[in-house]
Amino acid sequence: MRRLLFILPLLTLALMAGFFAWSLTSGRDPASIGSVVVGRPAPKLDLPALRPGEPPLTDESLRTGKPVIVNFFASWCTPCLAEHPLFTRLREREGATIVGIAWKNKRDDATAWLKKLGDPFKLAGLDLDGKTGLDWGLSGVPETYLIDGAGIVRRHYRGPITERDLNETILPFLKGAVK
Amino acid sequence: MIPELGHFALILALAVALVQGTLPLVGASRGDLRLMALGRTAALTQAFLVLLAFGALTQAYVTSDFSVLNVVDNSHSAKPLLYKISGVWGNHEGSMLLWALILALFGAAVAIFGNNLPDTLRSRVLAIQALIGVGFLAFLLFTSNPFQRVFPAPPDGNGLNPLLQDPGLAFHPPLLYLGYVGFSVTYAFAIAALLEGRVDAAWARWVRPWALAAWCFLTLGIALGSWWAYYILGWGGFWFWDPVENASLMPWLAGTALLHSAIVVEKRDALKSWTVLLALLAFSLSLLGTFLVRSGVLTSVHAFAQDPARGMFILAFLLFVTGGGLALYAWRAPQLQGGGLFQPVSREGALILNNLLLCTLAATVLLGTLYPLFLDLLTGNKVSVGPPFFNATFVPLCAPLFAALCVGPFLGWKRAELWPALMRLRIALVVSLAAIVVAMTMIDSRSTLAALAFGFGVWLIVGSLASLSDRVRSGTLRTIPRSTLGMVISHAALGVVVLGSVATSSWNTELMHTMKPGDRVDFAGYSVLLERMDEVRGPNYIAERATLNVSVGGKPYTVLQPERRLFTVQRRQVAETAIQTNLLRDFYATLGEGNPQQGWVIRLYLNPLAPWIWLGAALCALGGFVSLSDRRLRIGAPSRKPALQPAE
Repeated sequence: MRRLLFILPLLTLALMAGFFAWSLTSGRDPASIGSVVVGRPAPKLDLPALRPGEPPLTDESLRTGKPVIVNFFASWCTPCLAEHPLFTRLREREGATIVGIAWKNKRDDATAWLKKLGDPFKLAGLDLDGKTGLDWGLSGVPETYLIDGAGIVRRHYRGPITERDLNETILPFLKGAVK
Repeated sequence: MIPELGHFALILALAVALVQGTLPLVGASRGDLRLMALGRTAALTQAFLVLLAFGALTQAYVTSDFSVLNVVDNSHSAKPLLYKISGVWGNHEGSMLLWALILALFGAAVAIFGNNLPDTLRSRVLAIQALIGVGFLAFLLFTSNPFQRVFPAPPDGNGLNPLLQDPGLAFHPPLLYLGYVGFSVTYAFAIAALLEGRVDAAWARWVRPWALAAWCFLTLGIALGSWWAYYILGWGGFWFWDPVENASLMPWLAGTALLHSAIVVEKRDALKSWTVLLALLAFSLSLLGTFLVRSGVLTSVHAFAQDPARGMFILAFLLFVTGGGLALYAWRAPQLQGGGLFQPVSREGALILNNLLLCTLAATVLLGTLYPLFLDLLTGNKVSVGPPFFNATFVPLCAPLFAALCVGPFLGWKRAELWPALMRLRIALVVSLAAIVVAMTMIDSRSTLAALAFGFGVWLIVGSLASLSDRVRSGTLRTIPRSTLGMVISHAALGVVVLGSVATSSWNTELMHTMKPGDRVDFAGYSVLLERMDEVRGPNYIAERATLNVSVGGKPYTVLQPERRLFTVQRRQVAETAIQTNLLRDFYATLGEGNPQQGWVIRLYLNPLAPWIWLGAALCALGGFVSLSDRRLRIGAPSRKPALQPAE
């Protein structure tokens, strides 16, 4: 019995180390929060157009039969600035369909921001009160969703997308490799 | 050329460490004096070689040698010299080299100051130190070589993470590592004792100064990190229960427990196997912290380059060191026989209570830190364990700890009476009850808990100083042993920390306001005017600077200039808070996003007693250093004579 007590620290360590090894080999990303929308049809969309003279953004805008990227952004958000060139590249080089939604942003600020940095969005909506963001399970901006041709959300990125996201998941998705 | 010399020195250091880690062990078991003497020479040589390697890397940073990949990734020619130097350890490879350097220096210190140790013990301690060093040097050379060249050399570097370009952060890692690595010495002593099968008063007296030194540095390192978080993150808080903060807190708690239990071994020949376990755990928890930070199993604001391969290496090393130590412990510790018997109410009893509570605290922090990881792996649920958990578990456990802390020094060894001790503390008791009443009626009547905690802070200060009252009365204050004086300082300093943190987190005032130049806002009795916004240029950043004129009753009081710095190379923004302090409270201002049309977001905080948190922590470490300067620790000749210090 007394002996067992002295072995206890070693056993505790073994248990912890087992978890650590499991964690290191599982390939999980501790930063990912998980998303309620992945694997389901894209949440409802009914927003006024951001740019004057364009049709409003509706559910139909996403059901094109082709993959669509939806990006929530705001002119006041610095990380959005960081990921912006990647969207420009996706649009110009890959011809991706990107839908932008300005979140809790004044129309003039958002359009001026896009004018200054370049506008990669095929369609753009304005979510002034942030309600659509709530439906989409948004926790802040920027966040990005990949939606397949059938209108199902396949991936959800919280925070700015990176070069690595682009190469490892977004490009394969656009080419139909990720289901 | 110089980087290659550094690389070569590192390889030689590994070879020397291998020799130092094996031959003296053989010598100690065979009683071969020549082999044992090798340990000392090897320890000094190894320290010299690692110092050479570290110097070579520093040289590459200072001269901005962009043919070295590590310098390219983490430095920039426009960076101020201080941050070029601190950039050496502001990255994964360099900080591991710093770790190896400190480890080697501690080894050399044992070789130099360990004259009074028996030959077998000293050579075993040095060998264990060297074996740990082998792990780190191999890790550096095989997975994280800081001297990797890059060809062609780029014209300039990528710069250091802007958050790290700060005087507080320049010295935070070295201090923290001095603490973490310092516990490697106590670990080595514990292993050596288990190998020899002997733990006695002399052993405890040899271990204690090393544990004390490590503990002092760790205290300073943690305090500096917390201070940095306070003024650079701009959230007004000072402790966030971030996994990395927790990683440094756990060895601190274990180390604090070790300091106290080693006294029992030294004076009363009891608690032996427990003390050995704590000596093993303090270093193991330091390594665990390193693993958690570097492997990427947990997320944190301290994102070093994270890499699962490195994670596996550190895990294997952690298993080797901790697992090896604990296995040896499971095998040998049951044979350690304690001698001293004692009653529950006694100095020993109080120190055991201290140990139980400190270890429960450490276990609580460990659980809270690792729970999200375990749950995620087992169920796939993502949770985050934050301040609410720690406030509900950690804080209540502190109450009995603090309550008992002042009583313990008044209890005698072996057997004591509680009542006389409490009688000698009656003034402290009355003063702290009065402090609770004052806090509840005059400061904030809503928060009873804050008032109680405030009372505990006062109790710690007055109760600790009370142990000096007899000496003051009898005029023997000058002859007080340094170790007792150090204890009083550290205990009272803990009270100062408690007062500071309670007041700052419970009684602060804050205001968030959007302002344009010329706007005025009233805040906690002050009138704050945003006089102007400027654009300023630093050596490697551009910044927006707000000039806030603070006045009281129409008279100018102070000017605060918070900034938002955009570091041009990394395109990263960092807030530079402006703090005006009078040591009783901080007036704290940060500048948020904004533009000339809509104005800028300005946050103002009034944090009462905030400076006391770091002042207290520094005092706490000072107490440790005072205790370290005690004659008894320097004259380490093993003696069985009764202790000089009266058991009061």
